[in-house]
Amino acid sequence: MVVKVYGPDYASPKRVMVCLLEKEIEFETVPVDLITGENRSPEFMKLQPFGSLPVIQDGDYTLFESRAIIRYYAEKYKSQGTNLLGKTIEDQGLVQQWLEVEAHNYHPPLNNLVLHILFSSVLGFRRDEQVIKESEEKLGKVLDVYEDRLSKSRYLAGDFFSLADLSHLPFTSYLVGGVGKEYMIKERKHVSGWWDEISSRPSWQKVLQLFKTPFE
Amino acid sequence: MVVKVYGSIRAACPQRVLACLLEFGVDFELINVDLDSNEHKQPEFLQKQPFGQVPVIEDGDFRLFESRAIMRYYARKYADRNPKLYGTTLDEKALVDQWLEVEAHHFNDMVYTIVLQKLVIPKMGGKPDLALVQNCEKKLEKVFDIYEQQLSKNRYLAGDCFTLADLSHLPGIRYLINEAELGHMVKEKKNVNSWWCDISNRVAWKKVMQLME
Repeated sequence: MVVKVYGPDYASPKRVMVCLLEKEIEFETVPVDLITGENRSPEFMKLQPFGSLPVIQDGDYTLFESRAIIRYYAEKYKSQGTNLLGKTIEDQGLVQQWLEVEAHNYHPPLNNLVLHILFSSVLGFRRDEQVIKESEEKLGKVLDVYEDRLSKSRYLAGDFFSLADLSHLPFTSYLVGGVGKEYMIKERKHVSGWWDEISSRPSWQKVLQLFKTPFE
Repeated sequence: MVVKVYGSIRAACPQRVLACLLEFGVDFELINVDLDSNEHKQPEFLQKQPFGQVPVIEDGDFRLFESRAIMRYYARKYADRNPKLYGTTLDEKALVDQWLEVEAHHFNDMVYTIVLQKLVIPKMGGKPDLALVQNCEKKLEKVFDIYEQQLSKNRYLAGDCFTLADLSHLPGIRYLINEAELGHMVKEKKNVNSWWCDISNRVAWKKVMQLME
């Protein structure tokens, strides 16, 4: 039975899809339209009570929260595809650390930029220039820490590509694309090198090819 | 060797780590970081945690930050001491991770904003954004509605056993009830209230509360 991933057009589900591709796990997708509020329908909320994307169904098993899903598959299929967890318990600890950094420090200001710059008109709320300005500043400070880290380490958790790096792919893709702030990555030598490397991985290229964004 | 935990006993994220270490029977030494004097933003501390946040742990040569990463690390390292805390099968573990993510994104963001606006900003002499607080309270009510449903089916968030997902809520709910005076959000909901009474009465959490005094 093939894993079902809900909401493939959107960024958080893409975090799951690129992970499944790295792990060579077959999946199919089920479209969910955020713009028309399909994620708020009673049927969808039975699967995901918070109305967020993604959800996966693997036979009888349902799981939501993209970073929980990627942790699950990275471990379940540890011996298949790319090892995304490192070799030792300490390696894994560092993967978890940088995954948490992505979730709590990197994602929130970047999500604000994506929401206000890309989604405000389609979702019908006011684009707030003050939020954009403050979010860009916050994200810049986080990227400065990344620049320092990546000057000493090839990838975030060490010398291996992991869930922590992978988790950055979908929203950073928005940052350098539709959000129009590629300079934030390009101006930082080591962040730029890291971004070029992780975004050119075949798994991510396949996601970009096969699954559109809401703006294409 | 004793694990060094850098942070303040009064701050939520260090409390989360201490409760976890106590659940696993891991000896620790709490090294105070004075948040009021901005010690966490000074160069010496930034060497340990470049984002200027608490806690950080040092376990011999190994250093780790982000409270939920630290919990997962020790849950893995000492799984044999308390296997149910992070699920005994991969499927169970993923449900723990799912509810940990819910706590981190849906619950924590609201509590953090409420605490910042109602407590921290006035303390620093600033004016709180009451509209924002009201908005967060409304969102938090909806989150608790979902928890009420979930806890009508299971004794704990991820299933029948107490796990890291429940533990992770302890510091935030404590703040809501005490300093933020929003205890009614918990007490008004039958299942959430029983769950809170259960988890806040655990020996490990009571020890953390003792350390606070």
